[in-house]
Amino acid sequence: MSAIEGIARTNYAYLDEQTKRMIRRAILKAIAIPGYQVPFASREMPMPYGWGTGGVQVTAAIIGPQDRLKVIDQGADDTTNAVSIRAFFEKVAQVTVTTHTREATIIQTRHRIPEAPLGEGQVLVYQVPIPEPLRFLEPRETETRMMHALEEYGLMHVKLYEDIARNGHIATTYAYPVQVAGRYVMDPSPIPKFDNPKMDRSPALQLFGAGREKRIYAVPPFTEVKSLDFEDHPFTIQHFDKPCALCGSTHSYLDEVVLDDRGGRMFVCSDTDFCEERREAGHVGELGVPA
Amino acid sequence: MNAEQPLLKVSNLSRFYGGRIGCLDVSFDLWPGEVLAIVGESGSGKTTLLNCVSSRLQAQAGRVEYRMRDGRLRALSDMGEAERRFLMRTDWGFVHQNPADGLRMTVSAGANVGERLMAVGARNYGQIRDTAVDWLERVEINTDRVDDPPRAFSGGMRQRLQIARNLVTAPRLVFMDEPTGGLDVSVQARLLDLLRGLVSDLGLAVILVTHDLAVARLLSHRMMVMKDGRVIEAGLTDRVLDDPREPYTQLLVSSILQV
Amino acid sequence: MPTPLVVSEVRKSFTMHLRGGLVLPVVDNVSFSLKAGECAVLGGPSGVGKSSILKMLYGNYAIDAGQILIEHQGRLIDLASASPREVIEIRRTTLGYVSQFLRTLPRVAAIDVVAEPLIARGEAAATAHDKAAELLGKLNLPEALWRLPPATFSGGEQQRVNIARGFITDHKILLLDEPTASLDAANRAVVVDMIAQRKKAGTALLGIFHDDDVRARVADRIIDVSAFSARKTAA
Repeated sequence: MSAIEGIARTNYAYLDEQTKRMIRRAILKAIAIPGYQVPFASREMPMPYGWGTGGVQVTAAIIGPQDRLKVIDQGADDTTNAVSIRAFFEKVAQVTVTTHTREATIIQTRHRIPEAPLGEGQVLVYQVPIPEPLRFLEPRETETRMMHALEEYGLMHVKLYEDIARNGHIATTYAYPVQVAGRYVMDPSPIPKFDNPKMDRSPALQLFGAGREKRIYAVPPFTEVKSLDFEDHPFTIQHFDKPCALCGSTHSYLDEVVLDDRGGRMFVCSDTDFCEERREAGHVGELGVPA
Repeated sequence: MNAEQPLLKVSNLSRFYGGRIGCLDVSFDLWPGEVLAIVGESGSGKTTLLNCVSSRLQAQAGRVEYRMRDGRLRALSDMGEAERRFLMRTDWGFVHQNPADGLRMTVSAGANVGERLMAVGARNYGQIRDTAVDWLERVEINTDRVDDPPRAFSGGMRQRLQIARNLVTAPRLVFMDEPTGGLDVSVQARLLDLLRGLVSDLGLAVILVTHDLAVARLLSHRMMVMKDGRVIEAGLTDRVLDDPREPYTQLLVSSILQV
Repeated sequence: MPTPLVVSEVRKSFTMHLRGGLVLPVVDNVSFSLKAGECAVLGGPSGVGKSSILKMLYGNYAIDAGQILIEHQGRLIDLASASPREVIEIRRTTLGYVSQFLRTLPRVAAIDVVAEPLIARGEAAATAHDKAAELLGKLNLPEALWRLPPATFSGGEQQRVNIARGFITDHKILLLDEPTASLDAANRAVVVDMIAQRKKAGTALLGIFHDDDVRARVADRIIDVSAFSARKTAA
């Protein structure tokens, strides 16, 4: 090893070993207490808060050279944020990257859960802006911690009540609160509520990292995740009037894409990998081109 | 519920602030349906006593025991935090002088009333809302205001809303800290009348802190006069006011302006 | 004949702490008893302590010494040493009081003021209101006033509300502090009649009446309060 090489080398996966150990301990505790927010000593990362510093630290703590990493931002593999984080780990962890959900061992995500069902052995790492689901109505951290400790979750339903009172239905469409394993109420990060059912009893391990707020929480595999609701206003997911314009899918979450400045628009799968796979398998939407 | 047994037993309660006395060696019993007024000037320890009894503040000596709905008398200090907080939002109420301390100012009146119901597991929106509307009617708030936040309410309406929010779970004991303080006289009269009606209709036991002897006379059966953290005189409300025995009570009573 | 009220060696003084602890003696060694179905009247000059005695018997004034024994639901209770809770209970069911002035409450209608003691005893609101209406009618209070709060009523109108409130229940003992003071002759006659009815029903009444005519018509016996006057003894 040359002297220059020795100086230039950073730690594996960017973080030093002590930090990774600290984060792993927080992750283990989070897995042991599903839905509970574990405080951790979040580090400065080479990216601004809000760009996934929490998710990156969690990924850095669990990744190894044998892993295959997929990173998505709102379902897409090719947005700036996803590309940058993927490139970052390629460089600092010498890891194989992929865009295929089925091939990945670790999927770091911002605001989506992939459409393809996850399997055992896969880890989904969520980037979380505000981990505290009760923050909307209770600004005091001391009080929200007490409420979690004593399972006082009436306030969560106050939020849903307000929704119905104002809109006639529960208008919360993303970051829709869930109760994990019948105990802790958790913010699932700003994923669309369309994705909430995918969290329930998922065979994959789900880890949540909030860098600015310095919290890690987790849903272990095969854990019950229930979306909060009222008996007379049960939880429902969004439905789309049209299938995906590219692949014709009728059961995936769609993004609206503006085509021109004359009101032209189309709806396409937000999960780019899912859409491509379908097109490769021969599915075609009304604006799509056969593969 | 056995009306022949006290609902609340307070024994030798003391609280200090450093070397200063908050309240000292206070004992009393409260029966179901009884309204007890605690009067005295600012700094006499009445709010400290109220907070110690309602376990919002930790007393340094003494005991507070409460007869649970199953009839057993339990020391509050023997309860866990979870059980105590559950008691406070179901079987107890607390009406603050400033409604903003007891309400969620940013959520609707309906949600303010419904919160306690949801906290004890109510999960039917329609029923929660019906109950909230019902309670707004009982406290004389126009039911078309059910979706307005208390920020849009007048002081008197806010206070009535706070009362509804507390009474919705049918508590047996309500603590009130100067519930009419800071309100206009005409608004005060309406609130007092409403409180009087609710207290007797629901058979509530109330511990009422006030410096206003007229409020104490109107609402309470019994009263305790506090000075320097001690109870210096106690008895039937009209007896204490019409035949005060202690020098300080005489001073207090003689200081009322006659209208 | 039962004796629902026995007053024994009662002493009362006021200590004026704001005036250097000045002690004002009121009465001493007050002893008398009241039988069921009789109306006794406290007599003696103004300022001799008649009103104070009524207030002591109602538990409104504390006493320095002695006993006030009241037969309450088959038990004899000393009002002077009873707990506030017991006093409230005795007032609710056994001991009634018609004061000289009505303490009005904001927003409470006259008819509700009258019906309240009956409702407090567990009577249905509708029945209590019927009975209140009957009494107010008997006392010639214009029906237009029934639904109004009495705060703005004249002295005589307020007094009639007060009398109706005192007579609506069947308390075994009734204390009357100048109930006819501001009434006209016709209404005085109504009250005299009501007292006679209560005597017949076995109520023990103790009152103060300054009107000689009324006193002569209701009193079975005069208790001379001058005999208990502490000031005379002190002098």
